[in-house]
Amino acid sequence: MTENSIINISLAILFLPLLGFVVTLLLGKKVKSIYLFEVFLITVVLIASIFLAFSKLSYFIDDKIVSELEWFRLSDTLVINLGFLLDNITVLMLFVVSLISALVHYFSIAYMKGDERYNRYFAYLGIFTFSMNGIVLTNNILMMYIFWELVGLSSYLLIGFWFEKKSASDAGKKAFIVNRVGDLGMFAGILILFLTYNTFSFDTIFQSIGAGKLPFNSDFWLSVTGILLFMGAIGKSAQFPLHVWLPDAMEGPTPVSALIHAATMVAAGVYLTIRIFGLLTADAMMFIAVIGMLSAFIPATIALTQNDIKKVLAYSTVSQLGYMIMALGVGAYKFAFFHLVTHAFFKACLFLGSGSVIHAMHHEQDIRNMGGLRKKLPLTYATFLISSLAISGIPLTSGFLSKDGILASAFAFGSLTGYWIFAVVGFLVALMTAFYMFRLIIITFHGEPKDHHKFEHAHESPFVMAMPLAVLATLSIFIFYTPNPFSADQGWFFNKWINSAELHAPNSTRFDFMQSEVLSETEHAAEQNSLHGEITYSGKYTEAMHSAHYPAMFLSLLVALAGILIAFVFYQWKKVDVDKLANSIKPLYNFSLNKWYFDEFYQKTFVAGLLGLSKIIAWFDAKVVDGIVNGSAEVTRRLAFFTGGFDRIVVDGLVNLMAYISGFIGLIFRRVQTGKVQTYLVLVIFSIIILLFLF
Amino acid sequence: MIEVGLNHFLVVSTLLFAMGIYAIVTRKNAIMVLMGVELILNSANINFIAFTRFGNFGLQGHLIALFVIVLAAAEAAIALAIVLNIYKTLSTVNIDEVDSLKD
Repeated sequence: MTENSIINISLAILFLPLLGFVVTLLLGKKVKSIYLFEVFLITVVLIASIFLAFSKLSYFIDDKIVSELEWFRLSDTLVINLGFLLDNITVLMLFVVSLISALVHYFSIAYMKGDERYNRYFAYLGIFTFSMNGIVLTNNILMMYIFWELVGLSSYLLIGFWFEKKSASDAGKKAFIVNRVGDLGMFAGILILFLTYNTFSFDTIFQSIGAGKLPFNSDFWLSVTGILLFMGAIGKSAQFPLHVWLPDAMEGPTPVSALIHAATMVAAGVYLTIRIFGLLTADAMMFIAVIGMLSAFIPATIALTQNDIKKVLAYSTVSQLGYMIMALGVGAYKFAFFHLVTHAFFKACLFLGSGSVIHAMHHEQDIRNMGGLRKKLPLTYATFLISSLAISGIPLTSGFLSKDGILASAFAFGSLTGYWIFAVVGFLVALMTAFYMFRLIIITFHGEPKDHHKFEHAHESPFVMAMPLAVLATLSIFIFYTPNPFSADQGWFFNKWINSAELHAPNSTRFDFMQSEVLSETEHAAEQNSLHGEITYSGKYTEAMHSAHYPAMFLSLLVALAGILIAFVFYQWKKVDVDKLANSIKPLYNFSLNKWYFDEFYQKTFVAGLLGLSKIIAWFDAKVVDGIVNGSAEVTRRLAFFTGGFDRIVVDGLVNLMAYISGFIGLIFRRVQTGKVQTYLVLVIFSIIILLFLF
Repeated sequence: MIEVGLNHFLVVSTLLFAMGIYAIVTRKNAIMVLMGVELILNSANINFIAFTRFGNFGLQGHLIALFVIVLAAAEAAIALAIVLNIYKTLSTVNIDEVDSLKD
């Protein structure tokens, strides 16, 4: 096993789905079963990614494998490279993407059966997997931006897959446009980086920052660059205030929601933030933490009252992504990635589970029409329950480990900086998460069936749909990450596989607790640290984390259980009349039910504002610009009248005169042309005789 | 006896040439005109042969005469085809009446 073979495997992982896309798209109409080719390729990719993760983690666990290729050369100093960067996070992420993508492929075989664009659906899944793997593998921000837009495109195609439905095509457009807002910021950030460092490569940029080179030589602009790049993540990861597109994206097929809008693409924003973590300053991190906190809180409150099974899960996704972003903001780099991975599995499981329910109920999505499905869909119920326990943060699940870690970090952050708000909101959101997830489960799977006709026809899903659910539910159990179900610290996943964050922003711009102690340590330690390019957090942070561990754990367990208990009291045992309660806090209830009126607000401000502006511009166009055009046309017309006269009289007169002269000459000479050959011959002979005499 | 020399040949060929011209210019019938052309070609042939005989040109004159004969045959074929077509379209071989290009 050499670095070369690792690079070759990752090339295959990147390009095989693209091959599947091209072949499936081109042959889709002719060969009915071409989708099997795509499914086969994704299976190969999955096996390759398992193999890649295995070899990377066993042979190169401390190495960063970089492979670069010159793309084009602007000048001797400006060279644009394409390249791969493989560290542990990359291979783990590749595994997550490939696994969920493969499972979603299998699931879709049954779920999409009978769709008229069946093959095209699989082609789109192929190009999505290609672009997502591209984001994960790249070593420079330019390539990341390219693949970033490609996942945006595939997301657009898949959200609007049933484009005959107006709501679906609208949702696709909305997702695309809202994402564009975030990408604008990201693009500006990339431009600042390129302007300053003449390169797009992460490593080179980090080295330059470490060497003290800052954009416009100011800490402020470094923060601005970080925030601008993070804006891409706000869009892609559906963070506040751009979270509005994700719930609408649920118009797409449900397996797509599981793959793109729960597990992988929306996590790309978190992945980007993880990649640029080294250049974030304290100010930028504070901004990120606040955005993450708001995105965790607001959608959680919305999810409390939604009645569409996929909408609840969508808001829960935004909320959990907010957790990850908040974790990055408070410096819990490892926990953010950990939560990304665990969330990918259990949220994909939840979405596929909801797909199974929707499939069984013949495309019924409103949970008020469900109920009692536990008996009809035992496997779906079991997997859904395990994933819900995971997302609520109940021990023995993966979600408990990662979520508890994030809450502990927020807690430690509070004790170190005095900003307790993140921890408080974190626990509040954990409470709400447990509540709305179990509200969903109880209404959907427990109780009595509401729609008896549909209930009678409900049936457990076929093997290709059940198998992914089982796999994902299994991966939501702690044992895959750590041997100790109460702490991730000793586990291989957290301790060995994820490298510590690399910090490159100048010491003075970091949080106190993140300042490296390299300077105060001995030479030896400094050498060691710089060797790995890793700078550990200060001892203060470790201490704070240590003391935060138990309080956070008990508190998070407490709120999770409380949330579940409230859900049971409200919906299972019906001790409290929920409708009456909702009525008594009607304004609040409506506020949540109507999603905080975000869509209406954007409609009234941005959309209406843009329309108004367009109207003003249209008026300007019609009156001023058109007026100028018409005026110059009138002037030209007048001018043309005069030149026309000159043309007619003088120029045409000369031309006609010439023609007349020619005609006159012709009139004389036409007499010679008798048409009789013999006359001509005589003329020729006489001419020759005359010529002979002359010369 | 007068020795037959170059001049005799030239006189004969000149006469032949003049007769050819006369035929071309005066005859109305296209066939006759063609015969005039043949006369002119043959007068040229006589000249060639005569010059070869009395000059120092090797076989060049003979060769050119042979060329002219071949050429005359080709010319006759084409010209007769043209005349035939004229007859078909205009029902006459009188070249005085063939003057539609005049206008």
